[in-house]
Amino acid sequence: MKSAVLVFPGSNREGDVARALEHVSGSKPALVWHADTSLPAGTDLVVLPGGFSYGDYLRCGAIAARAAIMDAVRDHAARGGLVLGICNGFQILCESGLLPGVLVRNARLRFICREALLKVERNDTPFTRRYSKGAVVRYPVAHGEGNYTADAETLKRLEDEGRVVFRYVMADGRRDDTQVLNGAANSIAGIISEKLNVLGLMPHPENHVDPLVGPTDGRAMFESLVGALERA
Amino acid sequence: MKARVLVTLKSAVLDPQGKAIEGALRSLGVPGVASVRQGKVFDVELDGNDPAKAEATLKDACEKLLANTVIETYRIEFVG
Repeated sequence: MKSAVLVFPGSNREGDVARALEHVSGSKPALVWHADTSLPAGTDLVVLPGGFSYGDYLRCGAIAARAAIMDAVRDHAARGGLVLGICNGFQILCESGLLPGVLVRNARLRFICREALLKVERNDTPFTRRYSKGAVVRYPVAHGEGNYTADAETLKRLEDEGRVVFRYVMADGRRDDTQVLNGAANSIAGIISEKLNVLGLMPHPENHVDPLVGPTDGRAMFESLVGALERA
Repeated sequence: MKARVLVTLKSAVLDPQGKAIEGALRSLGVPGVASVRQGKVFDVELDGNDPAKAEATLKDACEKLLANTVIETYRIEFVG
């Protein structure tokens, strides 16, 4: 698996995700600077890591979404290439138009840094095939602007097309839209593109891959990607 | 020429920051505040003096970057 992790000024999770990718796939991802205009030849997976690109100036992810490298990411996605955006990476994907909707300030205005429970809504995507459908997993979240929102029409389309891949759930595994930690519409934590090749999510699977650190619920996402690319 | 661009959240979008400010004004005892919505102001200096051209440039800037039209609307004003 050849992966590329993008680095914007203010990214800070590129090391975590590169480590997780190497840990699971055995190969070291390339770190690609935002001002570059192309991805390394043969890139299978592009990861937009978490952080605070451009200090969240203007709107979170807004300036990074207009970086030079993003044209190459758009081309890669249009060819069916895999793209994963985590946290700030998800915000950038929304701002760049690769995923619909937008992440706004958490409903209670607080930065949330803790573990979240998520339901894996589908396991027929390249990102989730090693999970069982409906599994409840624990990933950490660390964000101030994770409140997913979109117009009613877009939300309906996402739901009708089954494009919500991760949803925040309560301790009993049930969804409660009135108690979502960050206020996200329909308890949305992560969504996927129409062609199932671009995934964005607020929580951090890359931080739960090593038993030394604790839970390893995030590992299956990277194993899914390795498996999907081996088969391809 | 100089222009001012105002970017505000669409009325249907919840504005938690505006709500917090509204609450703070109320707790300070500032009377008669019904509601507060927070927005952004961009003061832009443009080359040339053609208002139509300037407006087109700023519209382009808003659509491309200054506003996220999923949640925000913008207004362009010319000052002096």
